[in-house]
Amino acid sequence: MALDKPYKDVPGTIVFDADQSRRGYWLNQFCTSLMKAENRERFKANERTYLDEWPMTEDQKQAVMDRDLNRCIELGGNIYFLARVGATDGKSFQQMAGSMTGMTEEAYREMMVKGGRSIEGNRYTGEKEQV
Amino acid sequence: MARISASVYSSHIPAIGVAIDQNKTQEPYWAPLFQGFEASREWLKDNPPDVVFLVYNDHATAFSLDIIPTFAIGTAPRFEVADEGWGPRPVPDVVGHPEFASHIAQAVIEDEFDLTIVNHMDVDHGLTVPLSLMCGKVDAWPFQIIPFAVNVVQYPAPLGRRCYRLGQAIRRAVESFDEPLNVQIWGTGGMSHQLQGPRAGLINREFDNAFLDRLIADPEDLAQMPHIEYIREAGSEGIELVMWLIARGAMGDGAGGPAPRVVHRFYHVPASNTALGHLILEDKG
Repeated sequence: MALDKPYKDVPGTIVFDADQSRRGYWLNQFCTSLMKAENRERFKANERTYLDEWPMTEDQKQAVMDRDLNRCIELGGNIYFLARVGATDGKSFQQMAGSMTGMTEEAYREMMVKGGRSIEGNRYTGEKEQV
Repeated sequence: MARISASVYSSHIPAIGVAIDQNKTQEPYWAPLFQGFEASREWLKDNPPDVVFLVYNDHATAFSLDIIPTFAIGTAPRFEVADEGWGPRPVPDVVGHPEFASHIAQAVIEDEFDLTIVNHMDVDHGLTVPLSLMCGKVDAWPFQIIPFAVNVVQYPAPLGRRCYRLGQAIRRAVESFDEPLNVQIWGTGGMSHQLQGPRAGLINREFDNAFLDRLIADPEDLAQMPHIEYIREAGSEGIELVMWLIARGAMGDGAGGPAPRVVHRFYHVPASNTALGHLILEDKG
């Protein structure tokens, strides 16, 4: 019998489970390598060359170069690993998180100051359309 | 014998560490948050522990995808502060208690909780931010620390009820150590937050405050909450809150004693992407 995965029905959310972890293994290991200052330098000097040292898929490499964090997560990345790329770019967690919402940095920050994104309408996939 | 005198709960948002390290705690954005810890710092000075058993999660720092331990206890004499990509935080290294940590590991494993024993690991903001919040800027942390890392990065994190029972086992393990140590157990992480995807920025005040109410009054019932409820209601990263149940399980009422006394409770939104929750419970068992 298959495992129950109710977390598939949460809007705007990809839970980093075993399937995602397998898919994103090398993407995340690449991210981990950026915890070393010398690797950050090498990556910044030539991203493509550095990425080519890792057995990642072309889609994963492109998503990293595009800094498309939603795509990275879809391809198996996890935010705590991807944060190493953000750190290399000098980005804060707030900038990284905000970049995935389609909002400007200012609008996202303003939303947080005002109490954050409401849970109402954000519990189930398709909930907003039904309301 | 050693005894657990209190439990402390706090979020461990990395931006708080940055605010402390860069002397921004008096800025309008941060000041209300740090005011919420003033009473806590006074309390800690009046109630200094010998050892803090600090439950936190590693954020892909010491543990990459190479090894993903569900429960890992740090038994080293010293733990260095990790470089998480921005350079290491300018805070003291963590001094452990190898003898006591090893004792707890042995006792807890014999009590059916199969811990991973870690003799070498760096510690990240999950551990150092609560220390900074409670101790301020110091040259050395004023107590020894046993780091206890819980996997909440790769789903599934351990279940809430498992965490609660583990806390009960940790209390038994502490009480079977012969030295008269004053021990606090800290649970960190949470509260509601989501750092990924179009739903990033989610905050659920109602959930968070109900969680605090239930953590105080009926933790055994709270421990039954399924993972999906954390993820749906408190965000994909809100599941860190299961770690608070480890600390709560170690209070005396989990061993048939009286309920702990609420010393301090604080809640603040936002700290960066996250709702900050904080609680101090004094053991009456």
